[in-house]
Amino acid sequence: MPERMTADSAACEVLDYCEGTIETAFDRAVSVKPCAIGGRGICCRVCAMGPCRITGTTTRGVCGATAATIAARNFARSVAGGAAAHSDHGRGMAQTLVAVAKGEAQGYRIRDEVKLRSVAGYLGIKTDGRSVNDIALDVAETALAEFGKSSGEIAYLTRATPIRQEIWHKEKVAPRSVDREIVELMHRTSMGVDQDAEHILDQALCAALADGWGGSMLATDISDILFGTPTPLQAQVNLGVLKDDEVNIVLHGHEPTLSEMIVAASSDPELLDYAKSKGANGINLAGICCTANEVLMRHGISPAGNFLSQELAVATGAVEAMVVDVQCIMQALADVASRFHTKLITTSPKAKIEGAEHIEFDEHHAYDSAKNIVRTAIDNYPNRGATTKIPQTDEALVAGFSHEYIRYMQGGLYRGSFRPLNDAIAQGRIRGLAAVVGCNNARVAQDAPTVKIIRELIRNDVLVAVTGCAATGAAKYGFLRPEFMAEAGAGLREVCEAIGIPPVLHVGSCVDNSRILTILTECSTEGGLGDDVPALPAVGICPEYMSEKALAIGAYCAASGAYVLFGLPSPVGGSAEVVNIMLDGWMKRFGGGIELAPDSDELIMKALEHIDEKRRELNLTEYDPKRYGTSGDRTLEELFEDVDEAALGLYSVNHEPVKSEV
Amino acid sequence: MSRYIARAAIRGANMIVGEAEQMVTSAVEDLGADTPVAFTNTAYYLPVILGFTGKEVTTLGQLPEVVDHAKKLLVDAPAKSLWLPYLGETLDAGAATLLAFEAMEGVRFARGQQPEPIQGLNLTGTSFTSPDSNGGARGDGGGFANGPIDDIQLRAWGIQLVDGRMPGFAAIVGAARSNEAAVSIVRELQKRNILVFLSGNVNGRSIIHQLMEEGVEMGYDTYIVPFGTDTISAIYALGFATRSALTFGGMTGGAVRDILLYNKYRVFAFVLALGEVDDLKYAAAAGAINYGFPVIADTLIPQILPTGVTTYEHVVSMPFDDIEGATDAEKARRMIQRCMEVRGVKVKITDVPIPVPYGSAFEGERVRKADLRVEFGGSKAHAFEYLRMVDTDQVEDGRITVVGPDFADLPEGGAMNLGIVIEVAGRKMQEDFEPVLERQVHYFVNGASGIQHVGQRDITWVRFSKGAVDKGFSIKNIGDILYARYHGEFGAIVDKVQVTLYTDPAEFEKWLGRARDAYQQRNVRLADMVDESVEEFYSCTLCQSFAPNHVCVVSPERLGLCGAYNWLDCKASYQINPTGPNQPIPKGIPLDKDLGIWQGSNAFAYQNTHQTVERVSLYSIMQDPMTACGCFECIAIIIPEANGVMVVSREDPSMTPAGMTFSTLAGVCGGGIQTPGMMGMGKYYLLSKKFISAEGGLKRVVWMSSFLKDTMAEDLKAVCEREGDPELLDKIADERYVTTVDELLPFLEEHGHPALAMESIL
Repeated sequence: MPERMTADSAACEVLDYCEGTIETAFDRAVSVKPCAIGGRGICCRVCAMGPCRITGTTTRGVCGATAATIAARNFARSVAGGAAAHSDHGRGMAQTLVAVAKGEAQGYRIRDEVKLRSVAGYLGIKTDGRSVNDIALDVAETALAEFGKSSGEIAYLTRATPIRQEIWHKEKVAPRSVDREIVELMHRTSMGVDQDAEHILDQALCAALADGWGGSMLATDISDILFGTPTPLQAQVNLGVLKDDEVNIVLHGHEPTLSEMIVAASSDPELLDYAKSKGANGINLAGICCTANEVLMRHGISPAGNFLSQELAVATGAVEAMVVDVQCIMQALADVASRFHTKLITTSPKAKIEGAEHIEFDEHHAYDSAKNIVRTAIDNYPNRGATTKIPQTDEALVAGFSHEYIRYMQGGLYRGSFRPLNDAIAQGRIRGLAAVVGCNNARVAQDAPTVKIIRELIRNDVLVAVTGCAATGAAKYGFLRPEFMAEAGAGLREVCEAIGIPPVLHVGSCVDNSRILTILTECSTEGGLGDDVPALPAVGICPEYMSEKALAIGAYCAASGAYVLFGLPSPVGGSAEVVNIMLDGWMKRFGGGIELAPDSDELIMKALEHIDEKRRELNLTEYDPKRYGTSGDRTLEELFEDVDEAALGLYSVNHEPVKSEV
Repeated sequence: MSRYIARAAIRGANMIVGEAEQMVTSAVEDLGADTPVAFTNTAYYLPVILGFTGKEVTTLGQLPEVVDHAKKLLVDAPAKSLWLPYLGETLDAGAATLLAFEAMEGVRFARGQQPEPIQGLNLTGTSFTSPDSNGGARGDGGGFANGPIDDIQLRAWGIQLVDGRMPGFAAIVGAARSNEAAVSIVRELQKRNILVFLSGNVNGRSIIHQLMEEGVEMGYDTYIVPFGTDTISAIYALGFATRSALTFGGMTGGAVRDILLYNKYRVFAFVLALGEVDDLKYAAAAGAINYGFPVIADTLIPQILPTGVTTYEHVVSMPFDDIEGATDAEKARRMIQRCMEVRGVKVKITDVPIPVPYGSAFEGERVRKADLRVEFGGSKAHAFEYLRMVDTDQVEDGRITVVGPDFADLPEGGAMNLGIVIEVAGRKMQEDFEPVLERQVHYFVNGASGIQHVGQRDITWVRFSKGAVDKGFSIKNIGDILYARYHGEFGAIVDKVQVTLYTDPAEFEKWLGRARDAYQQRNVRLADMVDESVEEFYSCTLCQSFAPNHVCVVSPERLGLCGAYNWLDCKASYQINPTGPNQPIPKGIPLDKDLGIWQGSNAFAYQNTHQTVERVSLYSIMQDPMTACGCFECIAIIIPEANGVMVVSREDPSMTPAGMTFSTLAGVCGGGIQTPGMMGMGKYYLLSKKFISAEGGLKRVVWMSSFLKDTMAEDLKAVCEREGDPELLDKIADERYVTTVDELLPFLEEHGHPALAMESIL
């Protein structure tokens, strides 16, 4: 039974153990049926005359709203929710930066001055001759204003290609400020306001853009400024990273502010001694969800799993504390934790869970808060049961591909650019690009669609970037190991070998999908692949979407010119009109759109068809999987398999040693 | 990169940076921090360090900073499994290697250990007037490698580099599979006019040794420059590349990305790694790849074929024994062909049917007395060359006739008269083009290996070496060369060519008389041709491939600053290639006749300098002077204290009253920047009536390199007379008397120089 619920053998192991004793999301996904009408987006609850369900012979709600209006409104409100989530995260980062710049944030400092200066440049802030804290304060205050300013536009829109900016203005979706667009979206979708599906969805795109090019991009940038721009590093992943003889603290949620401090506190000698005094050999941190990605990308802290693994981590009985902040945290965690010694600790003033211990985190006393939390976990270590059920499953990975590093890795400090990538695409070594992103969803087997799609894409020479829970998913199966290039098509392998990368690049958390916008823009401006995102042979795929945030991301990617595929049934499936607007309508106006298809094979086929279509439109060399692949170490390694390295001639691939004359 | 190469290169970089650190530290201890550090004759300090860091290193004490910079670029080599990406890191390690190399060579210069002594190595020199003069970059008796190329030579090659005659350079590191392969490799490169830079060794044996053993002439004139026998000396190739960007691209030190991209897109260079590639060579190669220069090895190494950092493949392996071909020479030929593909160098080779190798790289070869079989012209005989346009029915295309006896009866080293008469016909041919085409004889004939041509018109001097004659070279072959080359280069205007070579005394005299009449007529015609008498000037944007913001405006009375293109040349070039770099500029309304400003030339300059130069005056150094690319023959600069102008020539390495040498001045004059009071110019502009006529012409010249005075003595004398001051030349100081401004004023006063009494130049 568990095999149908997850592709992850570690998860299976824990689920087997839980069966009949501990209820998890996997069980509830069976017992709780999804609402067939709400699931297709045609149940309207925006006023008290309803809920109105447009099904059967019913074609309008009590107020007369059509299926299209209702589906568009429901989708738009999801986007508002997702955009709000990311953007509130971004605002939190900006507030932390204000405190750091003023010297009021204990434990934090500016780690990446180069990034600070480049962000200041985007925001029009002078840097010459100014102190780091001065610049940082201006950056932080300007960033904060992006959320609520009363005039102008989101400053980062100018980071898009000129054509893209023109399209946004022409189509009237250029966002003014983050909060304003979300508020307007909520207003327009309330009872009796905007009742034209396409017009409603335009505002959804506008709010989504405010997220992608505003809240999310600021969240990423400020995180980099405060905690360092990621560069590649190694780690392990999956439940096997939990340790039998150490205090296990699992960090779960999304914002890096607290987790960064806990990372620092976990190596505090005082706390290490304290842990020893309680009989533990150390303090082991592991992550779940996007907090995992944040601390993985910057510190190499190993993720214990993705979204659907959260209850399972607790169910190992080896977790002293699960520390959570915001987003994607299951309420059921409190119940599972109550079955073990595990303390579920909520930390955000925005999120409390019944049954959890609340230790509120305050960035002004961040380090003290973090130490307090770690100490609580250590205190709990002696309460651990005699036996734990930690699966012995883990896998190695390489992560840390910020767009800055992606640029660097293609030429170093002096020659970094996107030229090699664009060249490889143009010549057909790389067929195209795909971002495989998103969540887990208990309605489909955990990780299964994601790994199937990625495996097929890289076999077809498509370079894949991953974020969020999809990234953790891919990592669990070894896809993020550089050696995994052996599974890639010959052309892609050649490029991976030239640079030293895995064929699947971990770009960050879900808020870091903004990095993908930057990468696409860089590819467009580098030249040779058209001059805007829609021209690129690239797709976005979200195979296991669950959160509203995924819809916001999909919407901002579509409005930025990307073709975005979602797995699972369409949340607007009840209105053919809305399905059509989001695909064909948006494609015509923005060059990007959203399409949903529950079948992974169909997603793969659509992705490759789209990539090949774009290659044709660009007049690129027709993709031929056999054209490349003769270079690199591999050819020599294969030679060495047949013959001893020492026996090889210097001047010949023939096996008889040939003595050099010189 | 490949992981294997990345590991080797990063290991090599870590090793050499450590070594450089020790070397620098002990040099500072031994010699003191203030000890000067400089390469020969360059205004660009240690050029690679200048390019990468912007640091102007002049003393040992500055080198530790450079080593620190290099250290910051280093990381650990990638792991055997679960490795982190390595391409960017390897390229950075390559950059660190280059910084270390150059710091080490800097130390060696400070210790007097560079250029490297190589016993028995004699280098050919550069410009010469007699084949018997002694060459060599050090100017002494030889026995040394070349060391870094000096600015003078860089600029002398400038025009060829920018007009594509010299497509780029091959940096060869190591030793070839055999001497036969070594010779074949350099001959193939010479044929394509690609500069050959030599360095490195394999187990102590260098390609330099191989070429010495085979008697291949090395030096500036043969395009083969031996830098040294260790890998470190390969840094001079990248110094040359860096300075190309600084000199011709108008870039500044520290603008490293621009410098590297300039080289990727404009300098067609590559690295040829011969023999086993060790860690250090991999590290150096990684440095070269930063410049977009690919690496081709003749051994079995991992290949890196994806593109982007380089225009085409990064690293190509051609195991030498596996290359098709019966002999090593043939294999080498195939390898060089592949190099051309990898770098994307398109070279047009004119097939010249003669029994000796042919290519511009042989232009500089000299035939010394000891090697001389026969000479035509010189002190013991006369020779002339004459090209004339005739009606098409008077030319039999391809007919080559020798009228008179052969030299078979002459003793070794003997001399005889020779008249070279070329008759051409073509619908687009004009009489004006005769001298333009005739001047090509020098380049065409010189391209044959073992044949040397000096002079022009009736002071032609041709030598055949014993080696060439042994291979079967005859007088008739001169005709073969000319026939093939005129069709190859000037096919657009020349339809038919016939060549007659006169050794018969009576016929020689008859044709010499006709030739002299023609020279005289041409002189008169050219003298009559003034800026006022033509409707259009010509542009020359040949150098824009190198100096994107520079345009030469060429008028009858002002030739291009490189000295290679006058108005007629440009006109001919336009006829040959109507969409080429020489375009007619309708003069338009004259805006200022004294300064030489026309609406048309302004508009053209503005448009073609990408809106950086708005006005250009042809006759003034003070107001909107013409810009320069970097390959000028001379630099003129005002000396305000003397109320005049000085002119220093490229050949003159001495200090000038401007307080700077030619090299240093050139550094601030090139790159398409308009600097009032300073300009680059062709030396024959000195003879023009319009030579800075706005400021008073030649009378403004208070100082001039003696090289100019000597080589143009007759012409300058005539100009002095024209200017009404026959003794003017003697009143102009030169480096033999004056090298500072303090010495200049007394000299001028003593000689009564007219500039002192002229109106203020400011």
